[in-house]
Order: sequence, then C-alpha cells, then structure tokens
Amino acid sequence: MGAADSAQVVVVGAGVTGLSAAWWLARSGVSVLVLDKGVVGWEASGRNGGGATHYHSPLFHEEQRLWPQMDELLGYSTEYRRGRIIFALNETHLEQYRKMAAIQRGLGYPVDDLDARQVREAVPLAGDNAIGGIHVHVGGHANPQRTVQAYAWALQDLGGRIVQHAAVTGVTVKGGRAIEVQTTRGAFGLDSLVIAAGPQTGMLLTPLGIDLPLAPARAEMIVTEPAPLMAIGGVDGNGLYGRQTLRGNLAYGGGPHEWIDVDETGPAARPSTPLLRNLSRRMAELLPKAAHLRVIRSWAGVVENTPDGRPVIERLSSPENVTVATMSGVGFGLSPASGHAIRDLVLDGACSFADLGKLGHERFANLPSDWRARLGWQSA
Amino acid sequence: MRDPFSIAGKFKPPSQHFDVVVVGAGSAGAAAATRAAKNGDRVLLVDENPLSPGLIGLDVPLFFGGRATAAVQNKGRMLEQVIAANPLIEAAFEAGVEVMLGTTVWGAFVNGPGLAALPTPMVGLADDERSWLCGFDRLVVASGARDLVLSFKGWDQPGVMGANAMHALLTRYHAFAGRSIVILGSGALALSTALLAIERGLRVAAIVEVRDRLQGPAHLVERVLAEGVPAYTSHVVAETHGGLDGVERILLAPTNDPDAPRVEIACDTICQAIGLVSAIELLAVLGAALMYDPARGGHVPVIAGSGQTSLPGVSAFGDCAGVAADDPDYGLDWMRALIAASGPDVIVCQCESVSRAALLGVKHPAYLGAVSKGMARRDIASLREDGPINQDQVKRLTRTGMGPCQGRRCREQAAMMLALSTGDRLADIPLASYRAPVRPLPLGVLADADEAPEMEAGWDVWFGIPTQWIPYAEIDTDREALQLAALSVGEQV
Repeated sequence: MGAADSAQVVVVGAGVTGLSAAWWLARSGVSVLVLDKGVVGWEASGRNGGGATHYHSPLFHEEQRLWPQMDELLGYSTEYRRGRIIFALNETHLEQYRKMAAIQRGLGYPVDDLDARQVREAVPLAGDNAIGGIHVHVGGHANPQRTVQAYAWALQDLGGRIVQHAAVTGVTVKGGRAIEVQTTRGAFGLDSLVIAAGPQTGMLLTPLGIDLPLAPARAEMIVTEPAPLMAIGGVDGNGLYGRQTLRGNLAYGGGPHEWIDVDETGPAARPSTPLLRNLSRRMAELLPKAAHLRVIRSWAGVVENTPDGRPVIERLSSPENVTVATMSGVGFGLSPASGHAIRDLVLDGACSFADLGKLGHERFANLPSDWRARLGWQSA
Repeated sequence: MRDPFSIAGKFKPPSQHFDVVVVGAGSAGAAAATRAAKNGDRVLLVDENPLSPGLIGLDVPLFFGGRATAAVQNKGRMLEQVIAANPLIEAAFEAGVEVMLGTTVWGAFVNGPGLAALPTPMVGLADDERSWLCGFDRLVVASGARDLVLSFKGWDQPGVMGANAMHALLTRYHAFAGRSIVILGSGALALSTALLAIERGLRVAAIVEVRDRLQGPAHLVERVLAEGVPAYTSHVVAETHGGLDGVERILLAPTNDPDAPRVEIACDTICQAIGLVSAIELLAVLGAALMYDPARGGHVPVIAGSGQTSLPGVSAFGDCAGVAADDPDYGLDWMRALIAASGPDVIVCQCESVSRAALLGVKHPAYLGAVSKGMARRDIASLREDGPINQDQVKRLTRTGMGPCQGRRCREQAAMMLALSTGDRLADIPLASYRAPVRPLPLGVLADADEAPEMEAGWDVWFGIPTQWIPYAEIDTDREALQLAALSVGEQV
C-alpha cells in the first residue's frame, strides 16, 4: 500500500552478503532491489582482510568451488588468489597450526606441513625466526572493495537495482508475510524480503517479533606500501591475518577489538587507534624483511557477532517470506556461497548444497537478556 | 565477566605527558607554545623539521619535486639550519617549552564515537628510529598548509614542485637545487614566491597565469614585473620536457587560441603556486568536525572562538585552520584549462600511475588485466546514477590516492576532476578520508617496542570466540569439546 515501487525480492543491506544474494537471485531471473542506508560495501564488507579460508563453515565447499570462477561469473576482477600459508615464530603457535591442519585434512582438504626452510622459500619476506608452518592449498583471498563493487555491478548488469542512501524505517507485515518496506527514500513492495544488514540486522528484526542477538565491535587493520609480489599472497601468523594485494601492499589485522553500540543509522565513526603500533610490531616480527616498508594507512571496520560467533542464515517461519543472514564477522570470503544459500532459501525454501539447520536464530531462544554483560561484550 | 580479547584495559597511560602539546613550530604553533608556557603550563612543541630525506623524496608532507639538494641528508646540519631559520623556536625554548625537532606527529587520538579505550588523549610521535605515545590535556594543531597540486603532461618528473615546498627549501633548509624557475599562478602566493626566488639569486623565467590578467595585489605585480619577469596571461601548460635530472623546458599554450604558436621556455623547475590546502589530516584523524568553506580554501575544521575545534581541548591555529582564498574557482579554472591542454593519458596519481581517463572511467589498474565488457560500460557517470559521487569509493576502485604519498599530490585535483566531469559542486563531493599514520613511516619505526603485557596476553588473531571455528559437522556433537580445546586460540579470517 502506498509503495511507488516494488520488486519480487527486496534485499536490505548492500554488503557482500546482501549483494551476493541479490546477484544470485537476479541470475535466476528474479526481479531484485537492494536497499542500503549508505554506499555499496561501505561497512565491514569493504574494510576487512579479504580472507577466504573458512573450512569450518558448511558453505566452505561451495565457497571453494566458486571463488576461482568469480571474476568470470561476475564480469569484474575480484583479485582472488588461491592458497594460504600460516607460519609460526614459536612452538605454541606451530602446534596450534598443526592441529588446524589436522582438522582440515580430516575434512578432506589438502594441507602441507612446512619446515622453517620451506616457509622461507614460500614467503620471501619471512626471516630466520620462522620455525615452521602449514600451507593450506584451498582457500585464499580477494580484494574486498573490488569484490563488493563487482557484485553490485554484476547485479545491475542482470537488471537488478540498488538504491543507496535509503535507510529502512519499517516493514509492513500482513497475513503472516512481509509485504512492504518503508525507507527514507520511499516505500517498496515485495514478495520476499532478505535482511542482511550487518550490525543493524537485529534491530530490523525486532519489530517483526524476532530476537536475533548481535553485538557490534570495531576491529582494525593497517596497510604498507607495496613489496615485491610473493607467489602466495595470503600469509598469516604471529597473531595476524593478512594478504598481499596484487599491487604488492601488505594489509594486516588482528588483535583486540572494541565492543561498541550501533543504532539504526549504523556506526557513528570508525576510528582507528594506536593499536597500529602493536600491529606494526607483529608484522615486523612475522615478516622481518618487510620491516623497512612504510605503513601508509590504518582503518577500522565494524562487525557484528552472534553469541557463539556462528552465522545465522535462515528463512523465518514467520513472517515466512523473510530470510535473514548475519555471518557473525566472517562474511566476506564466504559470500559467493552465502549468496547462493540465501537464493535457495528465498526461492526454494531450503539450501540445495549444504545443511544449514544448526544456523537458525532459535538456538539463542534461552539466552539471558544480559548476555552481552555476561560475556563481557559491552561497550565501555 | 570481561572479554580477555577486547581492547578494554590494553592501552596504558603513556609515560610522557604534557599539559599542552603543540604540533608545528611555525609562527602560529610556536607563539601558542610560548604563550602556554608563560601561563605556567608544561608544554611540548613538536615539529617534524628537519624532515627525513626519505619523506622529502616521497613528497611528504610538501611537494618537494626532487629539488632538494643533498644537504638534506645531513641531519645535524639541517637541525642547526632549521633552528637558525626560525627564531620563534629559540624563544619558545627560552620560555620553558620542551621542544622536539625532527619529530613526526603521525597520529592523534581521543575517545569519541566508537572509541572509549584510551586512558588519556594522546599523540603518536616518531623520530627516525622509533615511535612513542605522549599524553596531553590540551592539543594545539598548527600543522600549516601544503600545496594545491595539479597535473599536466610531464608533471611526474623531478623539477615540478609546489610553492610551499620551495619556500621550505629556500628559507628553512637552504637546500634548493633549482636555478631557473617557471611559476604557475599569479596570486599573492605566486608573486611572493617569485620575489623570494629572485632575492635568493635565482632566475624566474616566467610567470604563467591561466586567466587574462595577473591576480595578485598590484604592489606585488609591479615589483615582479619591475624585476623583468616575463608574464604570460591566458596561457596554460601544454607539456614539459626533460631528462634524467628532470624538467628542462616547458611549453605554454594560449587558452583562447588553440592555433596560436606555443611558447617554449627553458627552465629546471616548475613551481605550482596556484593555491594552498590546509593540512587537516591530524584533525580528521582526531574526529574533529570538518566543513567545506571556500573562503578558507576548502576542507577545514569547524572553528568556534579562538581556534576551538569541535573537540574539547583541541584547537587549531594558523594555516591548518584555513587559508585565505579570495576566489574559490581559481584552482578549478586552472584544472579545466590543464585538462583541455593535455589529454586523458596524463597521470593523476603518481604513486599508482592512474591516468585521468582511468580515474573518470573508474577503471581498475592495469595489473588486473584487460577491461571486461561490463567494465568498459562503467564510468563516473554510471557510478553517479547509483548515488552521489564519493571520492573514497572512486579511490578504492581506481587506486587514485592509495600510494605512499598518501594522496598529497592528487586528492584535490581528483576531487576537482570529479566535480568538473559530473557538474557537481566541489562542496558536494565528500572529503576523501584521512587515517593514521598521517606520515608514511616504516613498520620497524612504528612498532611498539615497549608494549604493555596486557596487550600480548589478550591478543587473538580475531575475536577469540572458539566456537566460531568448530567445523559445522562437529557442532552439538561430543567431538566439539575436543576441538574447542585444540583451538584454544582463534583462527584466521
């Protein structure tokens, strides 16, 4: 009622998850409209480490199948590169990495153990302090900013639409179904609704009678000037995750996060802190031959976490035409597959390639209301 | 309960703390420091001069254009020179101010929206070897201004530089390598630069003005013309030529008659004196409210009363609070004429080799391979159909401004080109963001060598939520507990 515009599926949130879902839906010939309070990929989707090595996820097989094809499927470069090396500077870390490798092998993914010499051969910027590591042959990394725009453009190329600077102010439910969303730029009618709005996802669900517990937090990264390209750009260790861009820059994050509060309008600011010194120290330790490289920027992104850190991806039972997705802080790399899963949930009612039964929001039904305080996940 | 992996409690108050920290020992900063010291405050006055030769070579913070002499390699000599050139430094010292020269302020941090973890407001400092933090009660930012830099054919060779950088090399360092200068612009900045160069025994080969008459105050115009400096009005740079040492000659084209012959002038330096830009990067990093004010030269801090920014205890004085700009369209007039005089292949971003065509085509860099069919259809106009132009978004796609000079040579001209291309007003294009470190410093220098033990004890690669990394099949099985134990520290993301 009163909606001047409509689409078969309206997606709230132009981050990687929402845009990938919209792209998958458009590939199926569905008319789709993406709404965002701001600019495409402006929050955590464009500010993350670009990692794509998530063996723990039920979406991982599909993620691995899709990433090598994404440039071609989307028609735009994502800078995807395959593989990841994780190496240790001490025995404690090495033991952890070897255990991780065992878990991955148990899942059927090839992982090599590397000795110190092999680490230095594979990672030219590593130093004599490297004692060993693992080479994960699956997984990899991509450029978050390029990828999120690639989804947006690929969606538009299929006739999908994106309306930026349209903050959702309400959802109308009638007869157990969502029928319209109201935004600061007008109302939009719909047959199905997808909510993938990062930290704001829970707030958007509250009026629908759904309680999705999420805690937002700020996390930081730094980036250096370019170094000569390494054969494998995804190199982790010493408490850091990171990647080398195809330009050669080293972009690394890790370390403490700050729990914050975010309202419907999203993060008020994304400040970075003197933590860049602690990140610099760990980078210089991990990659001693890069210690002379200049840090040219730091940044922060705001991600949301569920109480167990696992995603919620489900089509609700009521309103039954609403599908919800939060990837709990680990959404970028899985996005090719999470979009596919959401497409399946919206159109077919079930994911065609993975069991997602353990990722419903009802697992938090008995959560005490002060769960953030109990976990220490509160803003100061 | 507390989250051992959150930032809460990880930062300790720095061992160094002053009532007042003043950034920049120019006239505004040194005066503020001396004033505060005479009021009885413990004052630290920090100035990055003499700069490390590495930063000078990167055109940070000023557009030195490869025209500093080897003298800047001698830090001791430069330190004496910097002190001798600025008597205000000694006056501050005598007033009891703690003076740190050759010290970079790479960041400034206060609690605010999204950040409550700092035990005290602090600045990040560094010399050539190490970095440290210094707490403050009040901060005075007097970081000055840098040059407005525009592109033309050959501007990416040594010898093309900015007027502020030339002033620094001539007066602060006595280390300017050029001899024969063509000055672009004819406002007060350009004319005073010409007079300074002449006073130092250099040849000013020409003044070039894109408009039809010289712009500066009449008394300065008269003095420059009386020195016999040729002035070319209604002219713009068509191209420049040079050799291994940079610029050797410049070719000027008339703006009003494309068929008229070009003027060729021999020179070793082309000095851009078209305008200044307030150095607001520290204020932006602090989260101070900024605004676009054409009368103050562009993006400047919101100021109330005497230098007071929107942040309690943080004030801004001197050129960083705004520069005199009589005519906000002047820079745009230059940019428009330079675009018309040299084509789409001219480089805009030197660090990342982004051309004008790539910027306005929002094209990915060449190392990502051929432009796809979809990409070929995309440009700044198609991007604008999605919503207002945002320079940071264009930057991420094209890499314009993502290099080691931190966008100092391209951010303003990129914004101008976006405005001219779309018809948007410059005021409507949001400021491309500034982030720490506001000087590009090595990992090994920034590294925190004296980290609080709490930092290491509570450091996890991601959030330290072990359940996040349990393989899906193991969730709710009796193997989950075993794996939680194995993954006691989180995994990569």
